[in-house]
Amino acid sequence: MWGDAMLELKNIQAGYGNVHALRDVSLTIHTGEIITLIGANGAGKSTTLMAISGIVPCRGGQILLQGREIQGLAPDRIVAMGVSQVPEGRHIFAGLTVQENLDLGSFLRTDKAGIRQDLDYVYSLFPFLAERRHQSGGTLSGGEQQMLAMSRALMARPRLLLLDEPSMGLAPLMIKQIFAIIKAINKEHNTTIFLVEQNAHQALHIADRGYVLENGRIVLTDSAERLLNNPEVQKAYLGI
Amino acid sequence: MDYFIELFLSGLTRGSIYALIALGYTMVYGIIGLINFAHGEIYMIGAFTSFIVATTLSIYGFPLAAIVVVAGVAAAIWSSAYGYTVEQIAYKPLRHAPRLAPLISAIGMSILLQNYVLLAQTSDFLPFPKLIPEFAFMEPVAHVIGSSDLVILITTAMIMLALTLLIKFTRIGKAMRATAQDRTMALLVGINVDRVISATFILGSALAAIGGLLIASHIGQINFAIGFIAGIKAFTAAVLGGIGSIPGAVLGSLVLGLTESFATGYVSSDYEDVFAFSLLVLILIFKPSGLLGKADTKKV
Repeated sequence: MWGDAMLELKNIQAGYGNVHALRDVSLTIHTGEIITLIGANGAGKSTTLMAISGIVPCRGGQILLQGREIQGLAPDRIVAMGVSQVPEGRHIFAGLTVQENLDLGSFLRTDKAGIRQDLDYVYSLFPFLAERRHQSGGTLSGGEQQMLAMSRALMARPRLLLLDEPSMGLAPLMIKQIFAIIKAINKEHNTTIFLVEQNAHQALHIADRGYVLENGRIVLTDSAERLLNNPEVQKAYLGI
Repeated sequence: MDYFIELFLSGLTRGSIYALIALGYTMVYGIIGLINFAHGEIYMIGAFTSFIVATTLSIYGFPLAAIVVVAGVAAAIWSSAYGYTVEQIAYKPLRHAPRLAPLISAIGMSILLQNYVLLAQTSDFLPFPKLIPEFAFMEPVAHVIGSSDLVILITTAMIMLALTLLIKFTRIGKAMRATAQDRTMALLVGINVDRVISATFILGSALAAIGGLLIASHIGQINFAIGFIAGIKAFTAAVLGGIGSIPGAVLGSLVLGLTESFATGYVSSDYEDVFAFSLLVLILIFKPSGLLGKADTKKV
């Protein structure tokens, strides 16, 4: 039903010092899937994404992107291979304009026509970005910044999109919208999505499969539907 | 009134030179949060390089304009090579060390470079050839502004304009601004941050070298220690304007240059440093982030 493996993590150990260390993380994401990683604060969710992006060094294990080892590569090489991340807290370049933020998203691309096309696409997806293209990124609201951050990541035309807590700090209506957009990006462009969320309920609703991370280890994996109905997951992460 | 204008213009000249050096401090601080104490020495090496090139070329009787251009280019390239190398060997290995470590390393590089030039060249003051002639058309205003002041002002203004365009519109300029604002995110959009840091050191060093050439020709002598006091003054100017801010460095430099010039002219040249540093203390008391600096609020 799914394509080949887009990303495989095999027994990854990573972290700075001993903080938020990953002890043993193995997971597989197939091409075209939406996978969610759920877990408590400090379980190592963000560290997992930062390890994939090459920001946090791996101490052991293997990361394979479409079968090629990427652990130990410089972050810009990993971006060039088609992996983009929207980090937790959005990390908008606040002093740069909306347009400049988007330009930086396509920093490594040289196909001018394609960049133009993708810019038109994100502007059609979020018309307010076009209206405010010359405004500095810091003047946008939280929800708008999240959409700018996602647009910036899309400007790299990624094969694999890593999203870290896209719903954090947003109003419920905005959260709904963000998740709808994630689903749309996945459908329209066949972009593989790896979604890290505290909002496990929403995340499992749009995901195909999920992994549960506890203390730097994967403790459970299943289809999203079965995880939603799993009593232990309900108790620990869904507040039921 | 003429005296006031003369002091004002010589203050601007002085400030322009400070600005060329202060930009290196502020850009490096903006990108990696380090006060590069070896930067004054890079300026001094620029002055020595242009001294060697200019003296050699003038022996062979090259025209003055050619000498200025060749000496300027040579000094910029050679100083950039030093700036790049200092970063590679003294700061890059300490990228993830506590902040004090690269600072000590920077002071070490400053002492090393000073003593290296002392040994390789001389401890004496060397007479620097006069590279900027007295222009005939400047004669009517020569009592308020000299030809070399004019050249310094124009050159600096052009360099500032070029730098502004570079930072605003080029790919490397955007990468620099992105890296200065958020290094993690810069990495995540695929910017090679190491390369941006190198570019910053190269650019800052080249500017300082041009400053070295201009001031050496203006004053007429150099020695191995000129980088120390110029470096301290330019650093003061950068802090005055708000360290990390490029317009701030230029503004701070001009304010400092004018203050010194007026203090020298109306009080006594013995007190120019007193006024300069008193101004710094006052600004830091009433606006700790400097004239154009942003208050340092760390988001969590």
